[in-house]
Amino acid sequence: MSNIKNGVNRRKVLKGATAGIITAGVAPTIFTKGAWAQEFRNDPKGGDVILGFNVPQTGPYSDEGADELRAYTLAVKHLNGEGDGGMLNTMQPSNLKGNGILGQKVTYVTGDTQTKSDAARDSARRMIERDGALIITGGSSSGVAVAVQALCQEMGTIFMAGLTHSDDTTGKDKKRYGFRHFFNTYMTGAALAPVLKDEYGSDRVAYHLTSDYNWGYTQQRAIKDATEAIGWRTEKTVLTPVGQGDFSQYITPILNSGADVIILNHYGKDMVNSLTQSIQFGLRDRQANGKNIEIVVPLFSRLMAQGAGENIKGILGSANWNWSLQDEGSKAFVKSFGAEYGFPPSMAAHTCYVQTLLYADACERAGTLYPPEVIKALEGHKFDGMGNGATEYRAEDHQCFKDVLVVRGNANPTSQFDLLEVVQEVPRAQVEYDASIFGGELGPYEVS
Amino acid sequence: MFNIPKKDAITFVLFAIVVLTMPIWLTPFGASYPALLQKFAIYALLAVGYNLLFGLTGYLSFGHAAFLGVGSYAAVWSFKLLSMNPVLALSFAILFSGIFALAIGYISLRRSGIYFSILTLAFAQMSYKLAYSVLSPITHGETGLQLTLQDPRAIDLMFIERGSSLPTSNLFGISMSGYSGFYFTAIILLIGFFIAQKITSSPFGMMLKGIKSNENRMNYTGFNTKPYMLTVFVISGIYAGVAGGLLSITDPLAGAERMQWTASGELVLMTILGGVGTLIGPVIGAWLIKYFENIFSAWNESVLHGFFAFLPDGFEDIVVTISSKFVGEGWHLTLGLMFVLVVVFLPGGIMEGARRIGTMFKNNKDKKPKQTSDSEKQSSDSEKGEG
Repeated sequence: MSNIKNGVNRRKVLKGATAGIITAGVAPTIFTKGAWAQEFRNDPKGGDVILGFNVPQTGPYSDEGADELRAYTLAVKHLNGEGDGGMLNTMQPSNLKGNGILGQKVTYVTGDTQTKSDAARDSARRMIERDGALIITGGSSSGVAVAVQALCQEMGTIFMAGLTHSDDTTGKDKKRYGFRHFFNTYMTGAALAPVLKDEYGSDRVAYHLTSDYNWGYTQQRAIKDATEAIGWRTEKTVLTPVGQGDFSQYITPILNSGADVIILNHYGKDMVNSLTQSIQFGLRDRQANGKNIEIVVPLFSRLMAQGAGENIKGILGSANWNWSLQDEGSKAFVKSFGAEYGFPPSMAAHTCYVQTLLYADACERAGTLYPPEVIKALEGHKFDGMGNGATEYRAEDHQCFKDVLVVRGNANPTSQFDLLEVVQEVPRAQVEYDASIFGGELGPYEVS
Repeated sequence: MFNIPKKDAITFVLFAIVVLTMPIWLTPFGASYPALLQKFAIYALLAVGYNLLFGLTGYLSFGHAAFLGVGSYAAVWSFKLLSMNPVLALSFAILFSGIFALAIGYISLRRSGIYFSILTLAFAQMSYKLAYSVLSPITHGETGLQLTLQDPRAIDLMFIERGSSLPTSNLFGISMSGYSGFYFTAIILLIGFFIAQKITSSPFGMMLKGIKSNENRMNYTGFNTKPYMLTVFVISGIYAGVAGGLLSITDPLAGAERMQWTASGELVLMTILGGVGTLIGPVIGAWLIKYFENIFSAWNESVLHGFFAFLPDGFEDIVVTISSKFVGEGWHLTLGLMFVLVVVFLPGGIMEGARRIGTMFKNNKDKKPKQTSDSEKQSSDSEKGEG
């Protein structure tokens, strides 16, 4: 018994000692914290400007992530005046001279989001806290974008979102330090509906299969609202688990439901699977209500189209950008990307490349790297020549407004990359909405 | 009997020194920044708690991520509704993860062996799916539960005005992000480690070891093992809940993927990699995996070129091309290879490796060298644990 007592006493002493060590360790960090408040985090002070590229290198969207990283390294090259300059030559107005940002050389660090919020925030914090990254950019899912954006707001680090399509990113969860160039589900709905009306008429019955998570919900709501506005009826909406390999149990009920348009609110592998299986079930060869059954995939990307192969022919959807566009900006980007890597860029690559250039340009216009000034330079900025025509970064929600592409799976592709044809470039005015409809608050410019 | 408290005390002190000086000795490894230090402390706590169940009783739970998730959600909701105080958040994390562990444990422990593992896995995956979609109003699904400017924060707002930016969690003014956040998590880790030591050396711990060596025999000798199992399952679940709460305290966002089965699997990996049944082993395993995940995954080709710059030009490119497969996006591959090597050659994990090196030194010179004293002592601990 006395032995145990002895042990406890010794522990008590030791615990006291460790408590002392801890306070000694904590105290300096408390006092030094205030000294940094006057300056901004990771000021390079004349050294290299470090950009943090946070992309999914592993997990379901690693294809998109790899393409984003290619675009980022290309953008860094162009900013530093290497290569053919790409969109630096077509961007209007442009203050970029090919000598880095504000004369300072641009370098980068990378991180793997794994398409998980935790992992993405971990790697973003590593790049900010250890590597001295001045901005964080990238990502291929809305969950990650919203999570990292919130972190960046706390850290006072600008976040230039990559591929994120949910309304929340610049709606409910918008942040002062977060910016999105990519379009959203509302725009998809508004752009698709008129084309659907022209193609399939105004008395159709729709059946939704929707990914059971946030992006799916907003996508379904947007399409439902937009199609009901043109006179369609929504027969049923069914939620499907994410990562479902076999959609047959969801597809068979469609056959007898009386619906004649199937809307697949799926992305990535889910979309590849659901579309392929719908076509294997012969949905497109059948008729309902005296009309051919049609399939619509609201969000399309070339990487998904490659996965779905033959099945994508004739399917309508929307996209942020496609490499086949013939404006000067797109041509310049496709040319330098192709020269570097041997194949055309995806729309994920495009949005990431453009975001990097826009940030650099905003720093030049602000004349400083101080984030609040850079944010003000980006807010309300109007530009052109970056592949989407005239574009504006709306100040109220940091969302880019530009034309939206309605695309169709190419019936006669001329190459393995020529999978989507542009049906219509829906003008910006048609997809615009009031910034207040989604709620949310941007928050302050200055963060401590 | 005489030596146990003394040994434990020495282990504890050495462990405390190692943990608290992490900001210093991790600098050469490029891992000394607050975010990763916090993760090191939190996942070490998680692994210590997990080892109480798996290491002592041999019951392999594949569902601990569920408790981690419950703890994180409880903490964030406590931030949102009541106060940014981490102690309050931790209390809620303990409460809810405890209740949750009691419910899952009560059902899962009706079976043992592989059936127990599958049951826990099923419950965890169920929780994940619920949090990801059906319970979106509570968990905010894929986008994760976050603080907003409009949160009620009932207790905090009685004392201070609502600010224009999001609050950070703080312990009476000490911010829980940055280095102070690390020291907070480190202290919780040390408390958790101490409790784990106490449990391991207590009669209760002996019962658990008895269950591991032969549960039937325990039953035949007249012990009802169920209550013991349920208790340790709940304790272990609470450890995971506290770890989840700490994740939210240092970084106030809770996402559903914390509950995914891969997160539980990672925990099993940590424990096996470090050494099942030892106190230090799972901690080392946790640190290794987190280090790989955060540091190794960030080595891209330009870093490698800098690293191998001393080699001749053509040769350098070859070396970089080959080694780039194992770092950056290939970090899973390296981890997998390491895991295979450990399981094949060191079934007792890294701790067994340390013990073998220890005995090698012992055989070479009869005197015990100072630098291996830590592993020596641990090895005797683990031998005890495997008994």
